Amino acid sequence: MEYKSYEKVGETVYHAVLDNGLNIYIIQKKGYMKSFACFAANYGGCDLRFKLDDGFTDTPAGIAHFLEHKMFDMPDGNALTRLSENGASANAFTSDSTTAYFFESTDLFEENLKLLLNFVSTPYFTLESVEKEKGIIAQEIRMGEDSPGRAVYVNLLNALLSSHPARISIAGTVESIAGITASTLEECHHVFYNPSNMVLCAAGDFDPQRVMQIAREIVKAPPGGMPVRDYGGPESMLPVRKLIEVNMEVSRPLYMFGAKLQPEKNGQSLYRQILAAELALEAMMGTSSPLYNKLYSKGIINGNFDYGIIDFPEVLLAYVDGEGEEYRAVMDAVFSEAYRIGREGFDKSLFNRIKKASIGGFLRSLNSLENCCISIAEGCFAGYDPMEGLDLINGITSEEAACLVSGILTEDNTALSVVNPQAGAEE
Amino acid sequence: MENAEYRTVMPDVELICVKTDKFKTGYFSVTLLRNLRKETASKTALLPYVLRRGCSKYPNMESISAALDELYGASIDPVVRALGEVQSIGFACGFADDRYLPDGETILEKVIGLVGEILLDPATRAGTFDSEYVISERKNLCDRIRSLINDKRSYSIARLKELMCDNEHYGVDRFGTLKTAERITKLALTRHYRSVIASSQIKLFYCGSADIDRVEAAVLAAFRTLPRSEREEDVATQIKIDCAETRFFTEELDVSQGKLAMGFRLGPIMYHPDYAAIAIFNAVFGGSVTSKLFVNVREKLSLCYYAGSGTDRRKGVMLVSSGIDFDKYQTALTEIITQLDACRNGEITEEELSSAKKYVITMLRSLLDSAGGLEDYWLGQSIDGLTYGPEEYAALAEDVTVEDITAIAQSVVLDSVYFLRGRIEGQVG
Repeated sequence: MEYKSYEKVGETVYHAVLDNGLNIYIIQKKGYMKSFACFAANYGGCDLRFKLDDGFTDTPAGIAHFLEHKMFDMPDGNALTRLSENGASANAFTSDSTTAYFFESTDLFEENLKLLLNFVSTPYFTLESVEKEKGIIAQEIRMGEDSPGRAVYVNLLNALLSSHPARISIAGTVESIAGITASTLEECHHVFYNPSNMVLCAAGDFDPQRVMQIAREIVKAPPGGMPVRDYGGPESMLPVRKLIEVNMEVSRPLYMFGAKLQPEKNGQSLYRQILAAELALEAMMGTSSPLYNKLYSKGIINGNFDYGIIDFPEVLLAYVDGEGEEYRAVMDAVFSEAYRIGREGFDKSLFNRIKKASIGGFLRSLNSLENCCISIAEGCFAGYDPMEGLDLINGITSEEAACLVSGILTEDNTALSVVNPQAGAEE
Repeated sequence: MENAEYRTVMPDVELICVKTDKFKTGYFSVTLLRNLRKETASKTALLPYVLRRGCSKYPNMESISAALDELYGASIDPVVRALGEVQSIGFACGFADDRYLPDGETILEKVIGLVGEILLDPATRAGTFDSEYVISERKNLCDRIRSLINDKRSYSIARLKELMCDNEHYGVDRFGTLKTAERITKLALTRHYRSVIASSQIKLFYCGSADIDRVEAAVLAAFRTLPRSEREEDVATQIKIDCAETRFFTEELDVSQGKLAMGFRLGPIMYHPDYAAIAIFNAVFGGSVTSKLFVNVREKLSLCYYAGSGTDRRKGVMLVSSGIDFDKYQTALTEIITQLDACRNGEITEEELSSAKKYVITMLRSLLDSAGGLEDYWLGQSIDGLTYGPEEYAALAEDVTVEDITAIAQSVVLDSVYFLRGRIEGQVG
């Protein structure tokens, strides 16, 4: 087992790869009461079309998320209940590219770890339980339909993406999940939940060697092939539609606008590209920027104004979101500021200040065991080391950041999604 | 094991410190306590937002933000909470721990100093708050109150509280009402500020690697101009034990999933409340994934996506909330009461009891790993006049018996039921 120390942030990460290809990372957190472990598959909502040997297979939207729900079923009962009986708080999530199962506990760490590794490695689906799950997930989908925040996001993806599977909600639709059977679940488990396509990440105050021994004991599956995925081919940088508007029960309009960027191919360069784009957006419209303060004092934006980068497989998005009637004024201000920065560059002292400020946020993110483990797991799948974030940020120049924002946030590249209040809802 | 140290640093100002090396960032908060009242809630809630806009030294947000950037990305955020019938306002700060700063720089004193400037030396014009700041933050406050409807789950719970506690302060939202918010003037707000700053009980909380002497010195320097007068009132929450009969409310909105919210009074057990037993009762009934509500209403009957309960020990109430199809209203309501009846009849297995205990104990121990969790815990203890730490609380939870839980379940009465359903014509379910 090798280890790497990151002195600036006071962390040490242990790493090993088992013979069957399972990557294991352990972060030692002295003094913590809690231990956290996550067992994740490189498989998410976007992985609908794939091939292992010959010929592509198409699967129903929502399958990865459905599988996540059903993995807790074991021949001898429900794994979630077993973990809860041990006092562990366990859960799982499915993102666009990852499915992760995790628990945290303050006692019986090794026993809980065995349970986690065991249930994720054991496919057990019955006709009855699969049918019943459709009812539960349908309610989850319904709940999502009532969420204006979700609607504004999904509609932006639909306006921007032409064929990428991220357009469809991770949970799928009530219709798409209707076609899921025990055998589709088994096939997807077989293809994606093989040790070579998975990572185990744990953090806490325990002996790293023990985690590796336990993983070796329990994850006995042979190495598997790496599934090739089809995300619908390269996306043009232009949006499909410029505007999607809907009405919902909201007090005032919610809006989100954004544009696509071409992601770097190599993992580490991709990570650096994301950090650079985030830094650029922060310098351009963060709380200490002139743009933010101009819009805030005019009452055009409020504290809910936000921006960021979303990374999907094979495409990145830059977005801005907020609430209020004057979203057109926000867009115009963003476009002209991006254009100005492209011509004049960032103010040097502002840019260096923003780099300095990123230290606090980065350190804060390391306080959370969950956050440490999940970002390392995602980094492992994508081929980068998130612990090197601060060093990468340090090397980003104001010129490249200026070039990034001015190239992305243009009127031509941008699509807008708005959720308006119901007609007649005004007081 | 980190326990809290307390020190009264000025009249009615208590400093609570948890010293630990395990976090990479420090946490500091200042909290002013007021009674939650319909007439003043909006005015009180508006204060931290107006103060955060500017102080004498940094007269606008841009300069405050720039100062925070220079402090390695420290944050100072307005906080408004309702704790039972107590309204708390103030600021929470997160900042890099000195151990991780380049060139041996220290920022603890600077961050606390900046909080002091923002709280005590606001940007004013001719002795009153800047009207531009008041007008714009008043608009933001009104928007915040209106936007409660955007999240239907919390909206349904807020409506239930409002309807159930129509004659109690508990029904007042932490941000107050639109009507009172819209009427706030800069003069009235300035006057209110002077009274709040001088007469409120104040709690200061710090968690990080510095010791209490260093924090106290920083606080005394930063808050040296804090005016202190007689405490206006003691903050307290009134507990209502009885309710006459269950009231039912239904409202309609354009939604595709129904929201059921039920409000219970914990009843006569609140004369001598056993907080640990209440916590275990809640975990058995509806507060955890091994609870009766989760296992039966969600898992066995597939009635809903979520069904859970939460108790407020300060007020002696329990709220149950669930997302269901419109036509499942009666079934869900009946099933939830059936599960409470099971608790009343002592139908609680050994496994249910031990899972509930482990759940509560894990939650308590996990608090020790998060500065925000520690603040929440110790601030709550301090307001309630309790001194035991999470570990002692966990030991009390370990001793809870089935009889204790049964006694609580038997004391609980259903006060009000609220159902949010779709408009008839737009019905999907």
